[in-house]
Amino acid sequence: MSLEEKKQQVIEDFSLYEEWLDKYEYLIELGKGLDAFPEEKKTEDRLIKGCQSRVWLDAEERDGKLYFTADSDAIITKGIISLLISVYSGRTREEIAGDDFGFVAQIGLKENLSPTRANGLVSMIETIKKLAENGR
Amino acid sequence: MTVPEIRALFPILDTPVYGKPLVYLDNAATAQRPQAVVDCWKELVEGANANIHRAVHHLAAQATDAYEGARNRVQSFINAAAREEIVFTSGATASINLVAFSYGQAFVNQGDEVVVSACEHHSNIVPWQMLCERKGATLRVLEPNADGRLDPETLSALLNEHTKIVAITHISNVLGLVNPVKELVAVAHKAGVPVLVDGAQGIVHEKVDVQDLDCDFYAFSGHKVYAATGTGVLYGKRKWLEAMPPYMGGGEMIETVRFSGTTYARLPMKFEAGTQNFNAAPTLVPALDFADAVRENPAVKAEQQAILDVVYKKLTEDQRIILYGTGKENKIPLFSFAVKGAHHEDLALILDKMGVAVRSGQMCAEPLMDHLGVTGLLRASFAPYNTVEEAQYFLKSLDKAIGMLV
Repeated sequence: MSLEEKKQQVIEDFSLYEEWLDKYEYLIELGKGLDAFPEEKKTEDRLIKGCQSRVWLDAEERDGKLYFTADSDAIITKGIISLLISVYSGRTREEIAGDDFGFVAQIGLKENLSPTRANGLVSMIETIKKLAENGR
Repeated sequence: MTVPEIRALFPILDTPVYGKPLVYLDNAATAQRPQAVVDCWKELVEGANANIHRAVHHLAAQATDAYEGARNRVQSFINAAAREEIVFTSGATASINLVAFSYGQAFVNQGDEVVVSACEHHSNIVPWQMLCERKGATLRVLEPNADGRLDPETLSALLNEHTKIVAITHISNVLGLVNPVKELVAVAHKAGVPVLVDGAQGIVHEKVDVQDLDCDFYAFSGHKVYAATGTGVLYGKRKWLEAMPPYMGGGEMIETVRFSGTTYARLPMKFEAGTQNFNAAPTLVPALDFADAVRENPAVKAEQQAILDVVYKKLTEDQRIILYGTGKENKIPLFSFAVKGAHHEDLALILDKMGVAVRSGQMCAEPLMDHLGVTGLLRASFAPYNTVEEAQYFLKSLDKAIGMLV
């Protein structure tokens, strides 16, 4: 699935839920379904700054594509990072660095988070972009 | 007044959030304002806006009367011996900073010690840390006993000939436990050490009589006790305020200004530099009138007790929940707790969508969080306009939120 198709799919999935409580429920399910993140990888340099809850993000490059893994101690945050990496994992650095992450606004995610979480979301996006641009 | 009648004084309580009724349980962060406070502010802005103390014209006289009238009201509210002992500030934080600076300037030197408790809000820690850094003094920490209250005996053991001041909270904004302030003050005084009490929460929930407590300083914010934001009070015993140098210079805090030297105004003006918050300070009058009216109101007392009973029971009996600050006899209806396997922020976010406003995080008390061994907590704090029905709705919503997360 191309990046555009994947983003479209996420937007459609999200629109299935009318109430924000149901959208949270969906994010919680995503968070619970995220692959386990090894404890030894929970290091200071993988911690995303600017989030109130702790969020770790790691990227590995294989065959010219980036693959992300992540974890958080808060489950909704974990759902959000899970959503982001499901869209951007397996893409080239150019694809990620060149993307505007506009789909996040289209699903109304940022507006419906507390200000501290919204800042955290911005930090997550910036970290993904930075990893694509510079590597670690 | 019945509780529904009290609720009717607070129009904001009828504001729906996400189409649901608002259940406002973040009162320890800021209380809502009764209509009388809103009206007072509006009347002053619309009808008596002029700078106080200086001009001779009519509006200035009205504004000055309102401002100085508020000082009298605060004096009677806390039973201070003299109106000169009431200094207006921008809030409890400013009040504590004033003392840390001015008292520190006069009385704290290298090698001296300052005592704060482990249960303090950052506003009653950082100003003292800054003082200690400035003067080369040492900050000593008073640990609470097992259930979270401050113990006079533990304090007594911490005091020595180097101790220059003790700064403690009346009621912790996290634990919601009333500390034995009178006994703590007595112990400190026995060692010849003055005491500052952070009354940000205490002023809301306790009948404060500063002469009976015999504390040397008592600091609180207006906005937590139903007045406009940006209002605050520092009570200080006259002997200390007289002996302390001014905190800020300028405005009406002077007697005469010459380049050869300046002399300062009398109390309390000495500590009120610059243009004061003259539109807002008078809102302390209707705010404190309201606080007085509800404190002894039997309907409110019964409702608050019922809230305490129902919430305390649930939070202590539910095995998924850990309540911090136990011991019901000293507890105000303020509950900070953790839910096993659920992050406090997730819970707050879900509760918000159900219309319930609670606080999550460290509540400006990181050292206390470290002491408790948590990264943050969820806090529900109740006010006299909250009802048992709201408490039950909150508990039901909490159950639902935990079900979603765990």
